[in-house]
Amino acid sequence: MSTPGFDHPDIVLCPGGPMLLRGKHVVEDAEGGRHETTRPVTAVCRCDRSQSFPWCDGTHKVLPEKLRPA
Amino acid sequence: MASAVVGYSRDMHLPTARGPLTEELFAALRSGSEDFFTVLAAAPTATGDDAALALWALHELQYRGFAEVDDALEWEPQLLRVRSVLERDLEARLRSRFTPPQGLSFAEDFFGWVDEQDGVSLARHVHRDADREQVEELLRVRSVYHLKEADPVAWLVPRLGVRAKAALVELQYDEYGGGDPNRLHHHLFELGLAASGLDASYGAHVDLTPLEVLEQNNALSMLGLHRRLRGAALGHLAAFEATSSLPSRRMAQGLERLGFAPEMVAYYAEHVEADAVHEQLAVRTIVGALLEEEPELEEDVWFGAFTCLDLEDRFARTMLARWGVGEEQVA
Ligand code: FES
Ligand SMILES: [Fe+2]
Ligand SMILES: [Fe+2]
Repeated sequence: MSTPGFDHPDIVLCPGGPMLLRGKHVVEDAEGGRHETTRPVTAVCRCDRSQSFPWCDGTHKVLPEKLRPA
Repeated sequence: MASAVVGYSRDMHLPTARGPLTEELFAALRSGSEDFFTVLAAAPTATGDDAALALWALHELQYRGFAEVDDALEWEPQLLRVRSVLERDLEARLRSRFTPPQGLSFAEDFFGWVDEQDGVSLARHVHRDADREQVEELLRVRSVYHLKEADPVAWLVPRLGVRAKAALVELQYDEYGGGDPNRLHHHLFELGLAASGLDASYGAHVDLTPLEVLEQNNALSMLGLHRRLRGAALGHLAAFEATSSLPSRRMAQGLERLGFAPEMVAYYAEHVEADAVHEQLAVRTIVGALLEEEPELEEDVWFGAFTCLDLEDRFARTMLARWGVGEEQVA
């Protein structure tokens, strides 16, 4: 039984941009560093070029189309 | 000297009048009179700084008021009449600058459209070339909005459908610190000003503001306060958030270059990350939901977005002209 409801996913992949993550999580980067989310929704960088990695800082917007995440 | 930071103040004073309407209005507000017909008579012919400052003061009655003005005047019918004369004129002027983009869909094309607008950027100037005095002036005039950051958008909440409402509150919750007063954005700005030796009290720098800052604030308040304009208000929000994270990085680096207090840097550093989230939420979840619920608002969403960028561009040009900086240096 499911009640019809609105979409409210925990993870949203933004075309050409970050991954939105709802709620409290710990994200581990490639070097094993652990980063705790601090806000209700967090934008995780998918283009690998953020200066605030692992968080998105908007850098994806100035990348050429082919370097942006799908 | 910086004033004490207490996080709440009701002690804003009326600013200096800038023409016949504000002379009449401020005198009447101070006198405790109940007759505002002379103010009403002066409203239709008021222009420029005078009209903008009058509208700003009338809007402030809806936020925190003024120490010397009776709180009951917030709903005084003659003053509301004056406000509506001034707002009609403002809205008509803003709409006359706007041409709806053709053949674009908000959901798909918004970020690309913002990219193409390409206004003048004050953050670039702060990043590389501005001196401390210029940046202090910029922080002072920006404080008129940043000390009530997110508040004009809060008026919208009861006016939206279920999905747009939940989405807006998800974003606003972060603007208000996620429940932690120490992280509330307009408080972070207050801490930054105080740590930089600047007066951090609400409304302290209104006398310094150029017309363009008053108009930015008036546009935001007008869009927030009129249910009819909710589409434009959310379009404005989307454009504001979508032009914040990269400029905030430049601001933070420029402030560091000039040796500003870490608290001031922290305000902008917070906005690099917060607004990288907020732009996605504003465009996808908030306006996305609004336009599914009320598709007829799309043109107004574009109007609000255009108005946000247009007002910021005009503000930036004014400040650069004050400082004698060529626009080509910061394009
Ligand atoms: S996805 Fe936004 S900076 Fe990488
Ligand atoms: Fe903010
Ligand atoms: Fe924001």
